[in-house]
Amino acid sequence: MAARDNHGTGAPWDDAFRVVGQPLRKVDGLAKATGQALYADDVQLPGMLHAKILRSPHAHARIVSIDASAALALPGVHAVITGADLPIRYGVIPWTPDENALAVDKVRFVGDEVAAVAAVDEDTANAALDAIEVEYEPLHAFLDPREALATPEPQIHADIRGKPVRGNVSKHVELEFGDVEAALAGADLVLEGEYSFHGSTHAPIEPHCAVAQVSADGLLTLWSSTQITHYVHRALAQVLELAPERIRVIQPCLGGAFGGKSDPFALEFCVALLAQRTGRPVKMLWTREEVFYAHRGRHPMQMQYRCGAKSNGRITGVDARILIDGGSYSSFGLVTTYYSGQLLTGPYDFPSYRFDSTRVFTNKPPCGPKRGHGSVQPRFAFEVQFDEVAERLGIDPIEIRRVNFQGDDTQTVNGQRITSNGFLRCLDLVEEASGWKQRRGQLPYGRGLGVAGSMYISGTNYPVYPNDMPQAGIQLKLDRSGVVTVFTGGNDIGQGSNTVVRSIVAEELGVAYDHVRVVAADTDLCPVDLGAYSSRITFMVGNATIDACRKLRHQIVTALAEAWEVDPRRIRLMEGRAFDVEDPDRTVPTREAFQVAEARFDTLGSTGSYNTPQLGGDYRGGTIGASPAYSFTAHVVEVDVDVETGIVRVPAAWCAHDCGRALNPTLVAGQIEGSTYMGLAEALLEEHGVNRFGLHRGPSLLDYRMPTSLDVGDIHAMIVESVDPEGPYGAKEAGEGPLHGSIPALANAIHDAIGVRLRHLPFTPGTVLRALRDQGGKGEGAAVGSTAAATSKREAR
Amino acid sequence: MTERRVEEERRGFSRRAFLQGAGGVAAASSLTEAVHAAQDPASEVQRMRGPEEVELRVNGGTLPATVEPRTTLLDALRHRVDPPLTGTKLVCGEGACGACTVLVDGRPMYACMLLAADVVGREIRTVEGLADGDGLSPVQEAFCEKDGLMCGFCTPGFLMSATGLLERKPDADAEEVRRALSGNFCRCGTQPHIFEAVAEAGRRLREGGR
Ligand code: FES
Ligand code: FES
Repeated sequence: MAARDNHGTGAPWDDAFRVVGQPLRKVDGLAKATGQALYADDVQLPGMLHAKILRSPHAHARIVSIDASAALALPGVHAVITGADLPIRYGVIPWTPDENALAVDKVRFVGDEVAAVAAVDEDTANAALDAIEVEYEPLHAFLDPREALATPEPQIHADIRGKPVRGNVSKHVELEFGDVEAALAGADLVLEGEYSFHGSTHAPIEPHCAVAQVSADGLLTLWSSTQITHYVHRALAQVLELAPERIRVIQPCLGGAFGGKSDPFALEFCVALLAQRTGRPVKMLWTREEVFYAHRGRHPMQMQYRCGAKSNGRITGVDARILIDGGSYSSFGLVTTYYSGQLLTGPYDFPSYRFDSTRVFTNKPPCGPKRGHGSVQPRFAFEVQFDEVAERLGIDPIEIRRVNFQGDDTQTVNGQRITSNGFLRCLDLVEEASGWKQRRGQLPYGRGLGVAGSMYISGTNYPVYPNDMPQAGIQLKLDRSGVVTVFTGGNDIGQGSNTVVRSIVAEELGVAYDHVRVVAADTDLCPVDLGAYSSRITFMVGNATIDACRKLRHQIVTALAEAWEVDPRRIRLMEGRAFDVEDPDRTVPTREAFQVAEARFDTLGSTGSYNTPQLGGDYRGGTIGASPAYSFTAHVVEVDVDVETGIVRVPAAWCAHDCGRALNPTLVAGQIEGSTYMGLAEALLEEHGVNRFGLHRGPSLLDYRMPTSLDVGDIHAMIVESVDPEGPYGAKEAGEGPLHGSIPALANAIHDAIGVRLRHLPFTPGTVLRALRDQGGKGEGAAVGSTAAATSKREAR
Repeated sequence: MTERRVEEERRGFSRRAFLQGAGGVAAASSLTEAVHAAQDPASEVQRMRGPEEVELRVNGGTLPATVEPRTTLLDALRHRVDPPLTGTKLVCGEGACGACTVLVDGRPMYACMLLAADVVGREIRTVEGLADGDGLSPVQEAFCEKDGLMCGFCTPGFLMSATGLLERKPDADAEEVRRALSGNFCRCGTQPHIFEAVAEAGRRLREGGR
């Protein structure tokens, strides 16, 4: 298997990179700036029908009967389907298939899908939904995860994959590394505290949409706004009981995802079946309200942390107990539960560590992976507690993070291999840029600075479904015209992965940037890639691209060297030309070089692939969260708290992110800014919750309060390039890591500003005012809304 | 199309039902204007009884479209003109996000909050009308150069809001830019790059570039 190690981290030709590292434009920038980019809802096919979904009004109920006869009788209605038509259960994680495209027997949240209609237009389809009669028998609905944990009946899921579910527990993971109790006993200070993270959702600007068409020879083509084409392909085959070779899945241009389009969704199965049933193309576009109910957003977590430290600031041990509110289905929940513990063991050295995480089912919209999957919540809790440790010990919060730095080329306590690690440099940069030394603690009351650190994965070696095939594949085709076409299964969801692929090809083969065309995310045309999640594309697809290019490069160089009768080491392919480095006058355009090679080797093409090396701890779950390389981040956030209104403003935030080599600094900066923006937004403004009936509190963009351009402060992105030995040219991830620290840095800044520790998100004006009120009389450093307690050994003695 | 029209007539959707729905979320100024226009007795919509063919002035040309009284400008652009102008995006359909922003007589307005029949005779510009042949407009050019787009779904709306601002006030300062773009959401968090792009486009416009 082609692992990166063979390729080195340097430029492919001589010392300098020519394309990589340049702030080049996006491959699809022009299409997007002219309105020509084609998104799923822009696909319009002749004779196309429009589909709509009937959703449950109950949070938990048995379906007694469904009568769709009146709907079917309406003129313009072509088909109605229910759970009986799609009885096979699926789930993105093969161990937990607990979803039906349309509910069978039971509904599990308000908004659960019950029936689907295809009609001549959306209005007719909606009228048909009104005509479907469903009789429900309501069941007790669990909206509180603690209640769901304590109450085994009624069960939300009785069994998954034939195995009985224990009460309403979705997943439980308990792992201990080293002896935590002994480590805490040996600490000079032990802090204990409760923290909670609320629910938030992705709210991608593009609503989910899918279009299906069945050709005369029975080939099903699905255009879908998915971020993982390959898993949709697999799930369709499984649920429709259709051979995979009869299915083609295409991801058109995608209008944002952030994890919210990673699961296979009901609409994909429904349009596929409706297209089969009606013989006509079928489109389903979800309304904004439906997007909120589809959710798969950030898991609410209730977290208890204990952290022990020596008086010099060194951590001795960390102990976590986490209750995870999973909502109504498993989704990626098995992974979420592991990630909630496994991804905390950097950038600091934990001599001992234990976590006990339990995910429970509740009758709410299902949670799933949102940017920084599973690890944003624990990171918030830990970094806030760690800040308090620094405070109690009288150590500067940045300094205590330096003191505990784990180093590079090391191993974490839970067996994860750390290669490059630029965290110290990140700390230096945010300290310097924010004026930390001069300003922290010196700002007037109401203003403050806070810091936090974090790490994240660049993909993992856990391929969701077990197999020995590559995790990323690439195919290249060279044309006599001088054009190189790249076929990649990778999903460009706005992060710019197709642009990264193009840059690598242009660098490796020395062709002009715009002579590289990228064909992506079409299962008929492109080799499999596992898709846009876990921040894996740049790392894995990038490595696969280099692999494919090196093979072709070898052929071109060999053919030219033979033709010119020189040593192949003298040949260079750069900037649209091939030349002899010792006789630069001997040169041809790359097009001619391709032709020489084609004459010598026949039609030119190559494949490349990437698989992670064996990684992870030698214990159950040890590979989940084991990444070939980790990114590291430091944030400093500045706040301005209005103590009259409780409104927290963020005039500025600094984020330094170690992404290895920045293949395109503009794209990296965009990811750093976008991540920081999203983290601050969910901490201050956004809340995804349901009322006592399980109804969403405000499923619209008016009620779900995303920041506008007036609410966004200055975000300063700084790039640290640690050059990882295994990344493509040394690159690591940039799309999710820079979210994590923004939230705890904000909390820590609020403490610096007004002397109050906020441990429960979100930080709405009400929370802040309450905290200030409770603080009255207690003075600086009061703890709010929690049972934080500290024991100081020295004091006790 | 005909099948669709038959269905619409059969159910006889009323203008009032639509407006009640829309009125509940009246917030943005363009929305309020749309509602007022539709309630104005002189409004075209008041006169209409069912689907009618109208002519919309879009991007310097005239496009026939069959619309009902309740058809929004967004729906008309995306589905009822030929070829469909799908550059303008549907995101919320209730005046909350700005993705559907178009210029109406030079002013940025939410196309999902305007009735097509109400803008007959007014000059509509969409993202498809920004470029002049192969030449991008300065705003488009700056968005590409400064990477003012990630997923691109909000981009047409931002381009129109920014164009509306700069054509009125090429020397708009940073605060005015933020204000003018505050009716558009970008979930990818591209704002810093968008601000840069708009500043750059303003500079070029002032220097006399197109
Ligand atoms: S779609 Fe018109 S404002 Fe959101
Ligand atoms: S670029 Fe994705 S929403 Fe703005």
